[in-house]
Amino acid sequence: MNAWIVWPVVVPLAAATLSVLAGQRMARVIIGSATVAIVGALAGLTLQVWQNGPQRHVIGGWEPPLGIQLYADGLSVVMLWMSTVVGALIGVYALGYFAHDSGTTGTAATGEHGDNSELFWPLWLFLWAALHALFLSADIFNLYVTLELLGLAGVALVNLAGGQLALVAGMRYLLASLLGSLAYFLGVAFLYATCGVLDVRMLSTRVSAHPAVWLAIAVMTLGLLLKTALFPLHFWLPPAHANAPAPVSALLSALVVKASFYLLLRLWFQVFSVVLPPVAGQVLGILGVLAILWGSVLALRQQRLKLLVAYSTVAQIGYLFVLFPLAGGTAWGAAAWSGGTFHALAHACAKAAMFMAAGTMMAALGHDHLHELAGMGQRLPLSMFAFALAGVSLMGLPPSGGFVAKWLLLDAALASGQWWWGAVLIVGGLLAAGYVFLVLRQAFAPLPADVRYRPVPRVMELAALSLALLAFLLGLMAIPPLTLLQIGAPFVGGLGTEALP
Amino acid sequence: MNAAVLYTLMGVGLFSIGLHGFLAQPHLLRKVLALNIMGSGVFAVLMATAWRGPQLPPDPVPHALVLTGIVVAVSATAFALALLRRIHTATGRASLPEDTAA
Amino acid sequence: MSWDTALPVLVLLSSLVPGLVIFFLREEQSRVRTALNLAGAVVKIGLVGIMLWGVYHERHYETRLPLLPGLDLILRADALAMLLTTLSAGLWLVTTIFAVGYLEGSPHRSRFFGFFSLCVTATMGIALAHNLLTFFVFYELLTLTTYPLVIHRGTPQALRAGRTYLVYTLAGSAVLLLGIVWLHRVAGPFSFTQGGALSHLGPQSHGTLLVIFALLIAGVGVKAALVPLHGWLPVAMVAPAPVSALLHAVAVVKAGAFGVVRVVYEVFGIRFAADLGVTTPLALLAALTIVYGSLRAVVQDDLKRRLAYSTVSQVSYIALGVATPGSISSIGGIVHLVHQGIMKITLFFCAGNLAETLGIHRVSEMNGVGRRMPWTMVAFTVAALGMIGVPPMAGFISKWYLGVGAVEAGQGWIIAVLAASSALNAAYFLPILHTAWFKHPTGEWKEEHPRGRFEADWRLLLPSLVTAALVIATGLFASTVMSPLTWAKLIAAREYQP
Repeated sequence: MNAWIVWPVVVPLAAATLSVLAGQRMARVIIGSATVAIVGALAGLTLQVWQNGPQRHVIGGWEPPLGIQLYADGLSVVMLWMSTVVGALIGVYALGYFAHDSGTTGTAATGEHGDNSELFWPLWLFLWAALHALFLSADIFNLYVTLELLGLAGVALVNLAGGQLALVAGMRYLLASLLGSLAYFLGVAFLYATCGVLDVRMLSTRVSAHPAVWLAIAVMTLGLLLKTALFPLHFWLPPAHANAPAPVSALLSALVVKASFYLLLRLWFQVFSVVLPPVAGQVLGILGVLAILWGSVLALRQQRLKLLVAYSTVAQIGYLFVLFPLAGGTAWGAAAWSGGTFHALAHACAKAAMFMAAGTMMAALGHDHLHELAGMGQRLPLSMFAFALAGVSLMGLPPSGGFVAKWLLLDAALASGQWWWGAVLIVGGLLAAGYVFLVLRQAFAPLPADVRYRPVPRVMELAALSLALLAFLLGLMAIPPLTLLQIGAPFVGGLGTEALP
Repeated sequence: MNAAVLYTLMGVGLFSIGLHGFLAQPHLLRKVLALNIMGSGVFAVLMATAWRGPQLPPDPVPHALVLTGIVVAVSATAFALALLRRIHTATGRASLPEDTAA
Repeated sequence: MSWDTALPVLVLLSSLVPGLVIFFLREEQSRVRTALNLAGAVVKIGLVGIMLWGVYHERHYETRLPLLPGLDLILRADALAMLLTTLSAGLWLVTTIFAVGYLEGSPHRSRFFGFFSLCVTATMGIALAHNLLTFFVFYELLTLTTYPLVIHRGTPQALRAGRTYLVYTLAGSAVLLLGIVWLHRVAGPFSFTQGGALSHLGPQSHGTLLVIFALLIAGVGVKAALVPLHGWLPVAMVAPAPVSALLHAVAVVKAGAFGVVRVVYEVFGIRFAADLGVTTPLALLAALTIVYGSLRAVVQDDLKRRLAYSTVSQVSYIALGVATPGSISSIGGIVHLVHQGIMKITLFFCAGNLAETLGIHRVSEMNGVGRRMPWTMVAFTVAALGMIGVPPMAGFISKWYLGVGAVEAGQGWIIAVLAASSALNAAYFLPILHTAWFKHPTGEWKEEHPRGRFEADWRLLLPSLVTAALVIATGLFASTVMSPLTWAKLIAAREYQP
């Protein structure tokens, strides 16, 4: 049985179609069984990759260049697990969220266009399928198609909220997303023109320092940076993520931005690594640093909880790009590579949990003004606790996943003699503590007597808490994912063991 | 300069015109059209790569890519237009707030 | 998993599990909560007792969990670890009793006792940590679990204090993390080793090691309240009295001082540190802190603030003893880990009792309080005299070894520092004793809580009497087998083995 690899894509796609046709009542059954099937297929695929190394699969026996090929290595498998676990828990949360939402009218979550919640499930499944297809695609054109599908599903989800703010934010997101994809697509055309292939592995042997290749690198990178919302191309992210319904914010911030980052990693380290000069990585690193500082400072200045969390995403994306200047040398490349990708993983869990907790508080209060959250620790202790645990991971404190990522990146920074990147990581952690505790201190303030408060479904709180716990304890189970990340990675071995015993 | 290079340059030119329109035009319909022009530019570049010589049949792969690309572009355009209509209904404007202000 | 590998984990779980369960208890389930707390504390003392016995008989208790590639989370019961675990386990029990009495009827007790137990768990982890990574993990957990305790009251003042506390401790741990990662880059993975783990490194890395030493000491120095990193400690006094007691005696400040001991002895090694030339600056910094803290304490009227500055001063005795070359000073420094803990916790118990029973917060309000609350003031007096260094109290033993060690090391200036400090100790403690015992009460007490059979609620009184008795006992029976001094001698002897 070699075809485990196709099911993580096929199952959500089929389930999405079915859930449109079957209507609301069957939706739960479909989603539940789809999730179980995806987890099963992924377990099978993981075992294959673990035992036999990277897997390739040619769909329908049609060989490239005309046919479609799927490819899975350690990085893809880790990303797939990330999207499956985080996506599934967001689904659980959404069950409670939309049930709560449809029970009342005129809340912040439903706009003037009424209840769109039945559209959430098919769109969420489409998004899942697009994500999984992206993580498994082996050629740059299919990657373009998946990127576009992902963007369209994401924008549609943002618009579920209805309301002017969400519509405008969705439009801005759509335009940025299409522009990014088109720039990437132009790069695909140039690469095909010069190299004559689309397959990632074959491309890596054929790229040379040709002007068309340079142009391709430039437009593809810019397009993907726009989609990843790296400073200064982040302008579209905060409004889109803050105005979407909470489960959508979680999906976008945790998973969707990681997709274009993943693609950038593949391109830079597996296709263009032979031609790219080290200074290119430095440029991305500097943008990452600016993102960390700018995003954190803006997060500190926000008055609304969801905007604070959204700007935190801008800052946390910056950490991902510190990987680029550090993953240059062989001795510390592995630490940087693992640290950066592990950060993506940890941030996905933490940020989803944070948006979910914020959404719960917003559903209870009807708004998310920061200075009116006083006493939330008494009203919604589980949500506050989830927010706190997720915050610990964002700050990079042990034993969270964020800590492991920070340790590895810091190690790579010191090993490469570029200590200043390490200093930025540390300052970024302190700034994150600043905005996380801005929220947490409200938990301890006395509860005002006159605040109206609506009970929220318990399942929302529990889903957020599960993800937050996962983010918090990820550091204690870091070895399996870190080992998995080494399979098929451009940097192998030497992780933390090169110094003398 | 052969025909392939000419077509490629034309494609890049179209892309650039589209990009300029996208950035400079506040009206959302024009932005969507500009994106389509950019897309056509990319298609032109791809078509140019299909040419393999006067006697050889053209490379089929770029055709497949362009066809798929057109499908994607049509869907995205349809979606963008629907969204545009909803924004127009809700706000009475057909541009983003920051562009209107400027 | 055998008993020997499970025991360190069980010691942590004995407070972790009650803590987590307590979070889910309703506010009014105070009996269940108290029962859980006390059961956890008693079980912990039992487990620590077994471990103490085993370590004394050269058994090895160790738990490992792979955390990072090539780096494990290691919990191991060595002699130094046992010093802090025993202290924490014992004082946790009495502090729990005190806290139950102190917080009776106040809101958010489930939250309080939950974090209280987590805080003890983190302290145990710090004590048992056998490498810098493990130490750091629990050091940070301690920061996170004490923050809710510091701002427990939720007043604007408490929230401000919490912010100050976080700014200091998080900045400190950021520096510490940098030092730890860098050291692992230079030296590779290593565990705490008696006599030091770095002496194999050649002279070419000595410059780097100097910087790393500074980073590590700055990192642990924040919690140890070394001047100029002490600013958070007096501010954190807004916390409820049991929290202050815990912070000053066993948890935060002690974790910092314990970190200094580990870094100097078991990371760098005292001989190697002396060769690098870092011990003298550390001793000078400690001496400066001792004198500065005492000077500030003299002018404080707020009782808890005076005690806080006293802590700044007294904890640095540990750093001073550790940084003075020679095994006798080391004994003085290490034994003060325990002695300072039991003396300071007694003082805070008494201060909390005075505040809770009579509403006394200032020294100037204490006129004649010795007549109203004689037992409380007896306990206070014993601890205060111990702090000054009056024989046969615990503090005398510490100061004696520090002094003799200074002579042995030929560092006469340390004697001068000790003398000045003792004079200042007397200058800020004796007036309190005089006010309490010899002045006449000025009139009505601010508030008077209905007393039971004793001068105060027994849960507020008993803990201070127990710890006061320990202050005397550790001094009187210093030369017996299981005394802190004997352990300190054992540890010091091993650190100085060639």
